[in-house]
Amino acid sequence: MTSEGIRIEGLRKRYGEGDTAVDALKHVDMEVAPGEVVGLIGPSGSGKSTLLKSLGAVIDPTAGRMTLGGTVIYDDGWKVTDLRALRRDKIGFVFQAPYLIPFLDVVDNVALLPMLAGHSNAESRERALDLLTALDVHHRAAAMPSQLSGGEQQRVAIARGLINRPPVILADEPTAPLDSERAMAVMRILHEMAKKYQTAIIIVTHDEKIIPTFKRIYHIRDGVTSEEAGEGRPIS
Amino acid sequence: MISLAGRDILHSWGKFVFTGFGLGLLIGVTLVMAGVYRGMVDDGKALLDNSGADLWVVQRDTLGPYAESSSISDDLYRTVLAMPGVAQAANVTYLTMQVRQGDNDVRAMVVGIIPGDAWGSPGWPPYLVDGRQITRGHYEAVADIAAGFRLGDEITIRRNRYRVVGLTRRMVSSSGDPMVFIPLKDAQEAQFLKDNEAILQNRRRTAANPAFNRPGQPDILDAVNASQANSTSVNAILVRLAPGSDAEAVAQSIRRWKRLTVHTRAEMEDILIGKLIATSSKQIGMFLAILSVVSAAIVAFIIYSLTMDKIREIAVLKLIGTRNRTIAGMILQQALALGAIGFAVGKITATFTAPYFPKYVLLLSQDAITGFMAVLAICALASLIAIRMALKVDPAEAIGG
Repeated sequence: MTSEGIRIEGLRKRYGEGDTAVDALKHVDMEVAPGEVVGLIGPSGSGKSTLLKSLGAVIDPTAGRMTLGGTVIYDDGWKVTDLRALRRDKIGFVFQAPYLIPFLDVVDNVALLPMLAGHSNAESRERALDLLTALDVHHRAAAMPSQLSGGEQQRVAIARGLINRPPVILADEPTAPLDSERAMAVMRILHEMAKKYQTAIIIVTHDEKIIPTFKRIYHIRDGVTSEEAGEGRPIS
Repeated sequence: MISLAGRDILHSWGKFVFTGFGLGLLIGVTLVMAGVYRGMVDDGKALLDNSGADLWVVQRDTLGPYAESSSISDDLYRTVLAMPGVAQAANVTYLTMQVRQGDNDVRAMVVGIIPGDAWGSPGWPPYLVDGRQITRGHYEAVADIAAGFRLGDEITIRRNRYRVVGLTRRMVSSSGDPMVFIPLKDAQEAQFLKDNEAILQNRRRTAANPAFNRPGQPDILDAVNASQANSTSVNAILVRLAPGSDAEAVAQSIRRWKRLTVHTRAEMEDILIGKLIATSSKQIGMFLAILSVVSAAIVAFIIYSLTMDKIREIAVLKLIGTRNRTIAGMILQQALALGAIGFAVGKITATFTAPYFPKYVLLLSQDAITGFMAVLAICALASLIAIRMALKVDPAEAIGG
């Protein structure tokens, strides 16, 4: 394993104080290498979302250490001052629903992130088109999200997650709304993109269809993670 | 960076245009209300301008002749004319009443002026758009075209009928009623003469008085009756000053020596605008304030609703690293765009409907600019609630669980 991806050590998250305190994350250890896709599986209330939000820098963990792309971002406290920039530049998000911006066309949905980072519109759109080509949705670049199929929308969402070349992508149930064929297509794309851009991808899922495709799986139960080897079944 | 607000507006243009149209009608009403006030002020100034007077000589301790009733003797103008600094002086009467034409009647201000050789005296209509000025001593009229009369029409004022011989324009009272000019003697009769029953009753009462009806001296009774039947009162004397004369000095001189009240132009403006239409302007001011609050509430509600519809998108935008100021800017720009659409619709509506209002509506560019700035300010303020709500959106909402 290399430390260039994401490494989590002893991460804890406690909500509330005193008698009403709830430990959503008791002890989380994870490590995902660049180019690797791992599954995060657990029952409802096990702490998956809390872990995803902690990794996504949208809630403050209570303790622990997180390293992203070789940089310590959390060590019993945030080590970066601009969490917004951290999310924009270092973390890609793919959601259960694509959550594309409905009033932007496909290319601008993807190009928005580099634009927010200060890149020119032309450069951002060029990068977005390259990525859309890689994901085979470039022919819908001028379409509005409402004109896309579910699979196309999810591919655009993946492109948006990848556009800033983040070292890590957090995917929350990305195949849940899709049928088997489209779910597998999305998984294939995620694996390809992980390899191509050397991105560490963590996929939170309940989807039985895709679980056998992971080579490594993290289980989370009562706020504690455990690692096991997956089947690593080839995606057809 | 692309304009998120612009894209959103283009995407849901129908919602914005229809909402802007509704808001525009409200803004249109607001602009018309402001125009009504401006029209009232302009009517007042037009009344003063068109009277051609520099001084208004009226009954002592009154604010006449427009704001209060005033009655002075029609002989006084000769002594006023003899005062230093006075170039012209003319008696004038004003009476707001219903002027009949056939089966219809029009509310008008009937102005009594001296016809014939007093051509161009203060009080006369300064110009005509058709016909001629009054030349006969009786039964001719010059009317403002807003009254709806045409040349040759026969109109009825009290018991007498008049032929319209001339038409003028923008000769209106401070209330915006069109003016109808008739000879002074007819106007005095119309204003001060009692009806036949009252005259007969008065004659009976006089005849029953032994002091007036002495045996063998019938001329006394005839003289008393004649004096009661003739009016020698006018409402005001309009004075035009000789070139180089100081209005205040002449006014002071008339006040001192003639024991009359004299209003200068500045004082008359103060009376008309500061007193006569003060209540109306306050009323309009209240309406404008209420309409502004209603507009702000509508914009706030609409922007709030539009923002609420985008809560998930805002959470996603924040999650992927969009700055708060970008999101606040998007909402603010949308509110301003809504205001701009509303103002454009309102301005067009006000411009096209203003001529159809019964009273003069004066839409000034200065008011339009002020109104536009006010609309933008109101929209900006109204967007604050939505901005506050958007900034409180937790980016974690974009992540399920």
